[in-house]
Amino acid sequence: MEPTDTSKSDYFHKVVDCQWACPAHTDVPEYIRLIAQGEFTDAYMVNRASNVFPGILGRVCDRPCEPACRRGRIADKPVAICRLKRVAADQRDDISALLPKTPDQKNGKRIACIGAGPASLTVANDLLPLGYEVTIFEQFAVPGGLMRTNIPAFRLPASVLDEEIAYIVNMGADLRLNSPIHSLKKLLQDSLFDAVFVGSGAPKGKELDLPGRHDTNRVHIGISWLESVAFDHIKEIGERVLIIGVGNTAMDCCRSSLRLGAKQVKVMARKPRQYFKASQWELEDAEHENIEIVVNHAPKSFVSEAGRLTGMLFEKLEYDIENGEITKTRNLGEVFIPCDDVILAIGQENAFPWIEKDIGIEFDPWSVPKVGSQNFQSTLKQVFFGGDAAFGPKNIIWSVEHGHQAAISMHKFCQNESIDDRLPRGVTLSSRKMGMHEWAFKNEYNGAERRLVPHVGLVERFKKINVEVELGFTAEQAALEVQRCLNCDMQTVFAAPLCIECDACIDICPVDCLTITHNGTEADLRTRLKAPAKNVAQALYVSTGLPHTGRVMVKDEDVCVHCGLCAERCPTAAWDMQKSNISIPHAINQKAVACQI
Amino acid sequence: MSYINKPRVAHPSLPTNSLGMTRRQYEGSMSTLCAGCGHDSITAAVTEACWELSMRPERLVKLSGIGCSSKTTAYFVSGAHGFNAVHGRMPSIASGANAANRELTYIGVSGDGDSLSIGIGQLVHVIRRNVNMLYLIENNGVYGLTKGQFSASADIGTKAKRGEVNATAPIDPVLLALSLGATFVARSFSGDKAQLVPLIQAGLRHNGFALIDILSPCVTFNDHEGSTKSYTFARENYHAVVEADFVPPAEEIAVEYAAGEAVPVKLHDGSQVVLRKLDPSYDATDRSAAYAYIEAKLKKHEYVTGLIHIDENSSTEFHTLNHSATLPLNSIPYEKLSPGSAALNKLMNRYR
Repeated sequence: MEPTDTSKSDYFHKVVDCQWACPAHTDVPEYIRLIAQGEFTDAYMVNRASNVFPGILGRVCDRPCEPACRRGRIADKPVAICRLKRVAADQRDDISALLPKTPDQKNGKRIACIGAGPASLTVANDLLPLGYEVTIFEQFAVPGGLMRTNIPAFRLPASVLDEEIAYIVNMGADLRLNSPIHSLKKLLQDSLFDAVFVGSGAPKGKELDLPGRHDTNRVHIGISWLESVAFDHIKEIGERVLIIGVGNTAMDCCRSSLRLGAKQVKVMARKPRQYFKASQWELEDAEHENIEIVVNHAPKSFVSEAGRLTGMLFEKLEYDIENGEITKTRNLGEVFIPCDDVILAIGQENAFPWIEKDIGIEFDPWSVPKVGSQNFQSTLKQVFFGGDAAFGPKNIIWSVEHGHQAAISMHKFCQNESIDDRLPRGVTLSSRKMGMHEWAFKNEYNGAERRLVPHVGLVERFKKINVEVELGFTAEQAALEVQRCLNCDMQTVFAAPLCIECDACIDICPVDCLTITHNGTEADLRTRLKAPAKNVAQALYVSTGLPHTGRVMVKDEDVCVHCGLCAERCPTAAWDMQKSNISIPHAINQKAVACQI
Repeated sequence: MSYINKPRVAHPSLPTNSLGMTRRQYEGSMSTLCAGCGHDSITAAVTEACWELSMRPERLVKLSGIGCSSKTTAYFVSGAHGFNAVHGRMPSIASGANAANRELTYIGVSGDGDSLSIGIGQLVHVIRRNVNMLYLIENNGVYGLTKGQFSASADIGTKAKRGEVNATAPIDPVLLALSLGATFVARSFSGDKAQLVPLIQAGLRHNGFALIDILSPCVTFNDHEGSTKSYTFARENYHAVVEADFVPPAEEIAVEYAAGEAVPVKLHDGSQVVLRKLDPSYDATDRSAAYAYIEAKLKKHEYVTGLIHIDENSSTEFHTLNHSATLPLNSIPYEKLSPGSAALNKLMNRYR
């Protein structure tokens, strides 16, 4: 293998698995250390710089960081990253003085954002400090988008939403509530705005057109139903409820049903558990509330008697599964399941009835707009898309990242610069060595198990629909959970010319990730290491030839616990523990003439 | 040394031996030696060798004297028995323990000071008596614990860290052992585990006294320019003459060797050592030839490494020499071990 070039930002960025997995690249180890030091406000601000809504995301993020956590690869559970984010949010002081400042002198450019969801709010957050005038059009009487309408209040309290949205609105955004856009053509014709951002989400729930679907009014579309519940338009539901689909929306529907008076709620799944789309923790939370999840039932028809829904017919299926693939499906016959209401939670789609087909914005056959994957520009150059509106439904953290990237594009577009000429990511390293065996971070591995977040009791939580179920970590729990973080941003940095090949680092490494050997191809090297490097998703570091023998130092990044013992045992300081800082450019970092105020 | 202990966490796909144990389970407590000390690499090699041999920790006895080297028995196989003897007196303890229980495996770890200065009188006799044990000398040419004075193995012309040049003739443990009739004599280097691990395995399985002199650089006091026991000097003057491959009893010799290049030697427990000759003229089974070869090379400051001499056939081990009890003393009934005053009187009367 060629010697590894660690000067590119990606190498060390990938080592910080959580930060690499996070769409917005939140600096997780840094904020966890700040929590450990009791610096909750700073921890919140580190979060806010990348994910904008730490309080919201600390409760309802999809948490791509957690399955990626290195801790999960050493026969343990990942660090409770998401719950620690909430600790930072819950314990922070007043941060208003730390928010980005909006200049009094505006730059003369005006931006329209359609929909007041996470993507639009992020665009406003990034562009207001640069002097833009940002107007946000929201169809409802409250901002928040799907965060407000589709996430039940028992998971995400309105007060948390209000507070974090207010930070942005108070920076000077012109938020126009009850102002749906009916015609993009008209908005563009009025020429009030230099650029338009479409962050209107994917608001159309999928329909299930089976026999009997329209014989009753007791079949509901999941996301519309949740929206009606959020706005108090729906206050009750029948005793027996069937939820069709087993994604995260289904989990919110079933748990909301329980709070509206349902006694018996069944989630109907077509396939076995391994194919469920819902996040593991959302499934657990629902099952903890005695929701029954029924597998291998495919909906066949809705059954009504005299206009009243009585139940649904399903086909009971059986599958042959080989290596995770369904190879054969057998129909075991029909099953009737009685119910009073059915909620369809089988997905959602984009819908843009308010975008005229003749204004130059192209769509694919599924109503998804054609949008640049990096610059978020549509085929009409002053219109940008982000969040679920851009590429179909994803999640909040992706919407935030889309907002950041679209803001960069809109900034460059308004300043007549090439929108594809963006700042690259960078990496800086600085040593954390304090003394012979002392590091400016806590390098001792803590074997504690993942803490479980406390919940409100099963009686108390159903008394009102907006009783928040999760309580957040206690101070003691948080203090222990932060110690589980492996500090993956404390990089092991190797200087081959200093190495005397004494083997000290290899002998002391607790997880056998170091080897000095003769160079070879990557596939060959992976078999010749001290412990086999089977996880090809994780990089091998290969040094230049070592001075004494010309062999190479190889490090398998897979399960390194960043304990620093290699560097402590190194007599020549060829290994050092250095903190990597990955710079993720946002709009404010981009050079633009008009902003050199 | 480090302020933290080596974390208990291990690589999830570490291989296990026939006892179902991983290499990590053969470790001992955390080393307090200097960072980069050769002794720690030797510790790792012993750990590796014991794991590969599927040694039961409770069947192993670790013995040592005083010195940096003698601390290292604490750093491997924490489940084994251990005895930290008076300076230079480990061979006596080893002989006594071995006499009392021949069924255990004995490994003594010593240094050039412990073995070649204060303890040389003990070393020569444990070699003569052919006590069945593996004896490792972690040889760095200086007294590390007392700030780096020359030891008895320092070569003529080697420089101390402060610049003094040694003029006193060194004792070479390999030549010493050969002259005393040792039947397993090897030399290796802490920085070469590929060579060292099979040597340790073969030494542990050899029927009789096995000595491995291991060049183990002292990073603090003897790893500078002008030293003949530094990492750099060792690598530049390294002369491997015979590599040994260890093949456990149940296994066939799997690697194919070119004709005339490899000599298999059967050990008493059925395992084999395959000697791979890197110098075709060298014969590891011929003691006097080996002696002459080493001596000639030493004059040229060439460190001959590998399994220098092995003689599995004429090795008459300690218990055979002394017609001692075949069973461990702790398995012999008390009445038989201590037959009482009447029996003692009867015995004494034979000499009156």
